[in-house]
Amino acid sequence: MFDRDRWREIFEAISKNKLRTFLSGFTVALGILIFTILFGFGNGLKNTFQEFFVDDATNTIWLFPGRTSKPYKGFAINRVVEFRNDDIEDIKKDFALYVDYITPRISRSGLTKYKGESNTYVTRAVGPAHLLCEKTIIMKGRYVNDNDIKEKSKSVVIGRLVEQDLFGKKENAIGKFIEIDGITYKVIGVFQDDGGDNEERYIYMPYTTRQLVEKNTDKIDQIIVGFKLGIGYSGAKALEISLDKYMRDKHVIHPEDQNGLFIRNVAENVKQTLQFANILQIVVAFVGIGTLLAGIIGISNIMVFVVKERTKELGIRKALGASPKSIVSMILQESVFITTIAGIIGLFIGMTILKFTGTSLKDYFITNPYVEIGTVIGATIVLIFFGALAGYIPARRAARIKPIVALRDE
Amino acid sequence: MIEINNLHKSYRMGSNSLHVLKGIDFNVKEGELVAIMGPSGSGKSTLLNILGMLDEADKGDYVLDNVPIKNLNETKAAQYRNKFLGFVFQSFNLINYKTAIENVALPLYYQRKGRKERTEKALNYLGKVGLAEWATHLPSELSGGQKQRVAIARALAADPKVLLADEPTGALDSKTSHEVMDIIQGINDEGKTILVVTHEEDIANMCKRIVRLKDGVIVEDVQVEQVRASQYV
Repeated sequence: MFDRDRWREIFEAISKNKLRTFLSGFTVALGILIFTILFGFGNGLKNTFQEFFVDDATNTIWLFPGRTSKPYKGFAINRVVEFRNDDIEDIKKDFALYVDYITPRISRSGLTKYKGESNTYVTRAVGPAHLLCEKTIIMKGRYVNDNDIKEKSKSVVIGRLVEQDLFGKKENAIGKFIEIDGITYKVIGVFQDDGGDNEERYIYMPYTTRQLVEKNTDKIDQIIVGFKLGIGYSGAKALEISLDKYMRDKHVIHPEDQNGLFIRNVAENVKQTLQFANILQIVVAFVGIGTLLAGIIGISNIMVFVVKERTKELGIRKALGASPKSIVSMILQESVFITTIAGIIGLFIGMTILKFTGTSLKDYFITNPYVEIGTVIGATIVLIFFGALAGYIPARRAARIKPIVALRDE
Repeated sequence: MIEINNLHKSYRMGSNSLHVLKGIDFNVKEGELVAIMGPSGSGKSTLLNILGMLDEADKGDYVLDNVPIKNLNETKAAQYRNKFLGFVFQSFNLINYKTAIENVALPLYYQRKGRKERTEKALNYLGKVGLAEWATHLPSELSGGQKQRVAIARALAADPKVLLADEPTGALDSKTSHEVMDIIQGINDEGKTILVVTHEEDIANMCKRIVRLKDGVIVEDVQVEQVRASQYV
């Protein structure tokens, strides 16, 4: 395969026929470049979309207790339903196959003080798994952990803006003590959240600590269940129905009581958004295929032209003893070489442009455009293949015509 | 060296076919310098093309250096052309993006000779036609006579059994024509068998034998007293 003399012959043909080389190389490089950029921008559009609509985890089911509106099994109407710690344990145990994580949440508002500064923030008393359902990002320190839950420790994780409000821009909140509604807590972590400013003005604490403060109850405001993504949308629907039934049985709520228990399935909400994202993906793929097709047609035209232009040269070579096989392989090797190099150049430029675009086109809804390296390499290979095919057909014909005919070609 | 028996060739032109060669019998011995003459349409170029395996005969036998040339596929024909034949064309047919020395070395490339040997031989043959100092020039930088001399050097480079020249002086003025013929005579003096197609009497008279074709048959085949081209140069 590797024949040094043949390569030398090919390099010579390439370097001495600059227009030809440029034309075929340019077509391929441009094709790949446009493909990369369009595809990347499409992905950037998808990124923006996801950022707008898919801040929180999409695999959660939320359970809220209510007030019964129907008498049931000897219980009177208007009874307040309350979730307790054992609900968490039971769901964890009985739905182990479907449940990825589970956490309670108890929200309270509290006056928070540090030195001279004070402000009112919402505190959320949660379990460690809450980190996952809100996609909270820990900037420093740590989140609430199992030990905090067990020890009912007076630790809090504060939002980035809470730290900024109370501690100013210079002071580090970690390890400091703040006071919430008259009780002192130690700051163990600072978090940020992509959901916006409001999301960064929360204070998280262990739910057991909140229960201890509230006269050592075991009441829970709401339960958040994160289901395993593998069960899919229909699995999530089924889980929602079973959870509903399970909780109604346990808390003795009439199966048709609309107010006794509320369930919100996030998978439901994001279904449409996810569908829209899929359509975006299809549009992006369509644009990519279109660009690639235009590139294929371009390189095919040029290859036909190149072979036509070389008919006489090929006739001379044949008269001097070149076999048809050597003619075909010479043309193919040359075209594959040029298109490969040009494809890599186009790919490289495209990727670089995408990389430097980053978030600068955010106003046009394009965030961090990217392409999977496999996709562009695949596209390049497709172009190289069709360039070679488009060269092969006329090259084979040129190699077959009698040299005397080829020599007559002016 | 060349034996031809009852050679026929016709071209299809739409519905009617044109019978160009109507039974040619013709032998050439080693070392001969033969001029093939005739008016246009007499079939002289067709004969040369068949001899050069650039075209195929419809009927008849062709034996070149005791090798029967028959039913060749393109690959085999290419091998034989490379091994047995050297071509000189009226329109030179040099590859325009290759320098003189690269053009001369090309047949050697197809003989799979090493690069060093190719360059050495090519330079040697360029020297023979007096163009050693033009080795690195492109065809576009050479005059018509120089181009034809490069073409002759290229034809010789593969050391063929027979040199076939199709109107080698057709595109040249009489002075350069004589220069080219001088070189051809010189090569023949060294023992190379050469066939020249021409329609010019004075060029034909510089050969040793003249074969005249008319309407696809040989009408005359005579040995002549060779006129040396050197006296005009």
